[in-house]
Amino acid sequence: MSALLEVRGLRTVFHTRAGEVWAVDGVDVEVRRGECLGIVGESGSGKSVTFASVMGLVRSPGRVAEGQILFEGRDLRALSLREMRAVRGKEIAMTMQDALTALNPALTVGEQIREALEAHDETLPARGQPRRAAIRAKSVEMLGLVGIPSAESRLRQYPHEFSGGMRQRIMIAIALACRPKLLIADEPTTALDVTIQAQVLELITDIRARLGMSVVLITHDLGVVAEHCDRVMVMYAGQVVESGPTAEVIATPRHPYTRGLLASIPRPGLRGQPIRPIEGQVPDLIGMAPQCRFYSRCPVRREACLAPVAMRPAGAGRSARCVLLDEVPA
Amino acid sequence: MVAAPPAADSIFRRNLASFMGNRLALASAVVVLLFVLMAIFAPLIAPQDPYETDLFRRLQPPAWVEGGEWGYLLGCDALGRDIFSRIIYGARISIFVGLTVIVLATGIGIIAGLASGYLRGWVDIIISRIVDILLGFPYLIFAIGLMAMMGPGLGNIILALAYKEWVIPARVVRGETLAVRELEYVEAARALGASPRHIMLKEILPNILSPVVVVSTIRMANVIILEASLSFLGLGVQPPTASWGSMVSDGRAFILEAWWVSTFPGLAILLLVLAINVASQGLRDAFDPRFHE
Amino acid sequence: MKPLLTVEHLSKHYESRRGLVERLTGVPHTVVRAVNDVSLTVAKGEILGLIGESGCGKSTLGRAILRLNEPNAGKVVFDGTDVTALDPLALKNMRRRMQIIFQDPYASLNPRRTVAEIVGLPLKLHGLASGEEARAITARIVERVGLKANQLDRYPHQFSGGQRQRIGIARALVSNPEFIVCDEPVSALDVSIQAQIIALLLELKREMGLTYLFISHDISVIGYLADRVAVMYLGEIVEMGPVDDVLANPRHPYTQSLLSAVPEIEPHGRKPRVRLKGDLPSPLHPPSGCKFHTRCPLAIDICRTLAPVSENVGPGHQAACHRLAEGVSLMSETGA
Repeated sequence: MSALLEVRGLRTVFHTRAGEVWAVDGVDVEVRRGECLGIVGESGSGKSVTFASVMGLVRSPGRVAEGQILFEGRDLRALSLREMRAVRGKEIAMTMQDALTALNPALTVGEQIREALEAHDETLPARGQPRRAAIRAKSVEMLGLVGIPSAESRLRQYPHEFSGGMRQRIMIAIALACRPKLLIADEPTTALDVTIQAQVLELITDIRARLGMSVVLITHDLGVVAEHCDRVMVMYAGQVVESGPTAEVIATPRHPYTRGLLASIPRPGLRGQPIRPIEGQVPDLIGMAPQCRFYSRCPVRREACLAPVAMRPAGAGRSARCVLLDEVPA
Repeated sequence: MVAAPPAADSIFRRNLASFMGNRLALASAVVVLLFVLMAIFAPLIAPQDPYETDLFRRLQPPAWVEGGEWGYLLGCDALGRDIFSRIIYGARISIFVGLTVIVLATGIGIIAGLASGYLRGWVDIIISRIVDILLGFPYLIFAIGLMAMMGPGLGNIILALAYKEWVIPARVVRGETLAVRELEYVEAARALGASPRHIMLKEILPNILSPVVVVSTIRMANVIILEASLSFLGLGVQPPTASWGSMVSDGRAFILEAWWVSTFPGLAILLLVLAINVASQGLRDAFDPRFHE
Repeated sequence: MKPLLTVEHLSKHYESRRGLVERLTGVPHTVVRAVNDVSLTVAKGEILGLIGESGCGKSTLGRAILRLNEPNAGKVVFDGTDVTALDPLALKNMRRRMQIIFQDPYASLNPRRTVAEIVGLPLKLHGLASGEEARAITARIVERVGLKANQLDRYPHQFSGGQRQRIGIARALVSNPEFIVCDEPVSALDVSIQAQIIALLLELKREMGLTYLFISHDISVIGYLADRVAVMYLGEIVEMGPVDDVLANPRHPYTQSLLSAVPEIEPHGRKPRVRLKGDLPSPLHPPSGCKFHTRCPLAIDICRTLAPVSENVGPGHQAACHRLAEGVSLMSETGA
């Protein structure tokens, strides 16, 4: 199966007063057709910046410095602003973590869906009554798709009249209005309660199957990835440290950071046993030496880690960025 | 124990750097500073005695107009007093009144605003009602009424202006306090057993000071204009003391034949007020994080 | 065992403000019952987990216990003293013994104060130490929570979220309290930092003989560290008991749905999913009868009219549901 999105050697830099920050440093991503790819990482791991780069949404003082972003074989970095606008929303759509600030508080939900449709949907009748009716029908259909009842009347309501879970659904509805091939969901459930989170995630999984699109789920929650994603990519300090099929990565993590992350999650079954957190904190990316970025916190670090460390194959469909893979045969 | 390097308050430094980067604001601040220095060192700078009348120089034009002389740069008034020297001395009145009123008003406003915003309840109701009532009167008419009751004089001018001016910082402080009192560090202080006094002065006040300073600076320009207006109406400092407002007033009768008598003190008011305004805008931009990109 | 803390029928209501027009036209008061008739006990040395979704009143309850907001009704007894009856001075002295750790490591530290000032404040307020002595005590606790003594003169913005949370913990512990309300202390932190703070809190509890009321929305965290757990929904405790018992054998349908919604990492740990209908009702207009009936798949007629009373369902395990006696479970009912 060919890849829908292929990112090669992406590097995104932010120029700050204190110096250059390589927020994304040599990231490769492959999103296959119809799959759900989970991107896991803590704050500062570069997971959101990676996909902001894909969408062409990195703003000053940030800049995509290097790399290829191939969407269905086309390099998005080579597109003009105008061409890129046509891709955004129509072919790749993105939802944000905070639905309250991502939706325009001054426009009704119906108006916001209409904006998305008018920007991209060429199947709409040219003008007049047929066009309005078509937009209306599609809007009602979209709200129905994301499980919002009595869509007709709710189109006239404003974002603040909806609960957090409903707002996240509306944002998904707007993102899906033009049937994109790829949905990037940036922390779609972080702001939501656990029962509502379950509803929204099931909705995304359900729609993915029905529309046959690909989904990139950016999250800090390994549990969410475990339940909803086929493959997972673990990011740390601007780099991918491990990727592979979700179940295998969780069962036999190959990178010390992934292992530490899994050991950090408190579980009822481990009560009474001491938790083994990863010591220390995410390193300052300014002036970072070209070494393994997990070095300062790694329990199994060695001298070889002070040289640049590349991704290595780590079993079928798996890879990890750790020199230990050379020592212990997989 | 080894002393840690003194932790610089880098927020303040960044704000300062941002202010310094704003050239217009910086230039305005320099102008304000020059006026202040002029007021302080008036006796050293003024070329003539501002009170000395000389009927031979009655309405003498500025130096560059025919009939003028360079010792009397901006000409003389109806009593033959040097206008330039009187402007220099007049700066003392304007700046002194402006500063005193603002310091007084800001002090009262901070106390009232903190009490109103933090204690809430009846304290808030009473203070807010007083503020509403005072805001309901047009400022100048209010001050004229007070001056008419108390009689003219420097002390009374300050009282008449501060009497109402405090409501402006009070409202700003109250609003900021309402926002900050909900933050967890205020609740943390309560949980630790801190008194309301400690919370208001030590926890809240340092965090709301920047907007108050900015507003007070802007208002200072306003107070200077009001002082000039009262003096213009003859309700301010009494002759022969030089005040920009009374100087403008003095020149009214001769505005057609001797325009300089009113114009130069008027320009002094304009320049100082403009400089304060621009500088305070710069301050606001620098200290209000919402204006940081 | 005599409990260290007893909460009896505690209620905290907020009245909405009515303007003049509303008063004249007779618009009735709307009352938000943020905490409604809650009773619980915490034994010395115990961790009671308090769990619930946003808006369920768990933080309000934690603050009402400390009288950071004044409860409208009910009693809080701490070590034999009725906290709700204390005058301001006695309450101030009591604050030395009852402390709180906040959720937001950014909002909970005054940006204009140094670490030494923030952490040393309780010593000053309670006259416990001053000058060099206070600084030495402050330095000791700051080092104990994992920071360095040479960071004492820095300001909060010079620290990361995890480090700031450590400062908040040091502030709560410097006066040697006995009881701490931990109000979602790890919710704002990254997973690896969260684990560090949990480990620290457990160590400190052991060393200093502390008792925690641990508020969280994260069932995994509560399951890992609490001894007992209380589940809140719309201001009321719907189920309470030993944590193993409640997690393994939840009796209230809300607890059941909450547990089933948690994403599981291990595939074999996955439970049949119970999907709840709709959103949390507005606390302004709470449902009649059992407050959960609008979302409960098991609701029957009586649930809409009569509020259920808490019953014993096991040793130290209570739940409030009309259908307990029938032994109906959501897991079996939905057949998932």
